[in-house]
Amino acid sequence: MSGGSQLENANPVIFQRSGERQLTAADEDEDVHDPIDDREIFDLIRSISDPEHPLSLEELNVVEQVRVQVNDAESTVSVEFTPTIPHCSMATLIGLSIKVKLLRSLPNRFKIDVHITPGTHASEAAVNKQLADKERVAAALENSSLLEVVNQCLTTRSV
Amino acid sequence: MDKAPGRADTRLRSGCLGSEVPALLLRPPETAGPGGAYIADRMANFLLKCLNLWLTEIEKSVESTPDRQRSHVCWSSAMKEAISLVQKLSAHPDSRCWFVSWSPSGALLASCGGDKAIRIWGQEGDSWVCKNVLQDGHQRTVRKVAWSPCGNYLASASFDATTCIWKKKNDDFESLTVLEGHENEVKCVAWAPSGTLLATCSRDKSVWVWEVDEEDEYECVTVVNSHTQDVKHVVWHPTQELLASASYDNNICIYKEEDDDWECRATLQGHTSTVWSLCFDVTGQRLASCSDDRTVKIWKEYPSESGDLSWKCVCTLSGYHGRTVYDIAWCRLTGALATACGDDAIRVFREDLAAHADEPVFSLAAQVKKAHCQDVNCVAWNPKEAGLLASCSDDGDIAIWRFQEED
Repeated sequence: MSGGSQLENANPVIFQRSGERQLTAADEDEDVHDPIDDREIFDLIRSISDPEHPLSLEELNVVEQVRVQVNDAESTVSVEFTPTIPHCSMATLIGLSIKVKLLRSLPNRFKIDVHITPGTHASEAAVNKQLADKERVAAALENSSLLEVVNQCLTTRSV
Repeated sequence: MDKAPGRADTRLRSGCLGSEVPALLLRPPETAGPGGAYIADRMANFLLKCLNLWLTEIEKSVESTPDRQRSHVCWSSAMKEAISLVQKLSAHPDSRCWFVSWSPSGALLASCGGDKAIRIWGQEGDSWVCKNVLQDGHQRTVRKVAWSPCGNYLASASFDATTCIWKKKNDDFESLTVLEGHENEVKCVAWAPSGTLLATCSRDKSVWVWEVDEEDEYECVTVVNSHTQDVKHVVWHPTQELLASASYDNNICIYKEEDDDWECRATLQGHTSTVWSLCFDVTGQRLASCSDDRTVKIWKEYPSESGDLSWKCVCTLSGYHGRTVYDIAWCRLTGALATACGDDAIRVFREDLAAHADEPVFSLAAQVKKAHCQDVNCVAWNPKEAGLLASCSDDGDIAIWRFQEED
């Protein structure tokens, strides 16, 4: 990430950002219970910055709303993310950023699973296993330099 | 979803014995007379459907199975009463509680967590209260704590790569020594039954054995690198100097001392993901393991001529746990097997003592689905009071439960 280092994917394809959530009458009604839905989760993670590019995960198509599955009643959230190239060494860091963002934003009752979109990364199983290991995630977040990098990714840019 | 999972027939699903079933179902159809081939064909199709249906049934049977034995019915109807909450303690508020450990006398409970602290809990009247807080020993999460067999020492393993030894003085604890050497997070610490050996393990893939002398000096006697990944747990055999470890590499290793050196003498393969915890039964002849693959396995020692240790999986409990099983505890007083799971539940399994020793059968005796608000990380049976169970969770709480025995 230092200025002189070679970018792994120097010219990524850039995608259009989605618009703001369309509010409905029910959304405005205070008496209606609004369950947490896919779009709400997507809105939490789409603005996360890529560790290498001054772009958001949405603009790089690393996250898409169709790859977010929420079940509010059962308190589960599942997110698949797609690294821009199959050998992306940043995949674990991107996954960790998504996981941390959701851990910090969602009520504690949620079980959060973050995976690589099947077939899109060379070390898919290894990255998935590490992201699912909460002990490894907890230890990683006690590492101040790693935490700093994660926090940088989570610093929301003006969308 | 709220259906209580009944006891599924563990024998049907245990990998070791599953092969007998397809053989039975695929027996050639006994059809004779004209059009035999056509009928045989139809019959084969029918049998295939039966097989598929049967396979689905097995999946369903995990959800609810009619009890095979009348005696189990009492368990089902009594299930709600079988585990009752004694007390909940906000042990590590705004953090997670990783582990709890009963002192050998059963009078004290030590807990540790993400707040870098260790707390000692004792009973005052009918309730459990915090007696001591051990702070400043560690710079990061305290992952596990272990009492020495005499109950006078407490060891704590931390993500700060150190293990602290605390000495109990009257009603207080003082830091005695700090064991350094692991490259990164120490995941577990355990005392041998003699109290003269201590084992630690770490994400650095190694297991260390330390020797303790009478002057409270600790010396590392062996570093073993038998795992290819993060070592999650170490546990000693209840009577022998035999050590077992569980790892992120999906395997379990069993070590014995050979010519002043500790060597891995058996590797137990079978789990398909991280093995999080291990527990020997009271005799030490069997070992229970739990894993991220959402199963519990029971391993049994068999004599072998080569002198190497031979452990085989004799039972797999699958279908009960909704997420990672983080801990398992085998009660030395009652034989009940408790699990801590990432689906927020605690479960207690009982062994069917009529079953053959080579094909043990365990059934779910009781469970609390929302035992905690978040993942349950640990379960521990009180060593003196039968049925008293402690659990702790990512929600920072400790819960004390009473498991009622069937009359």
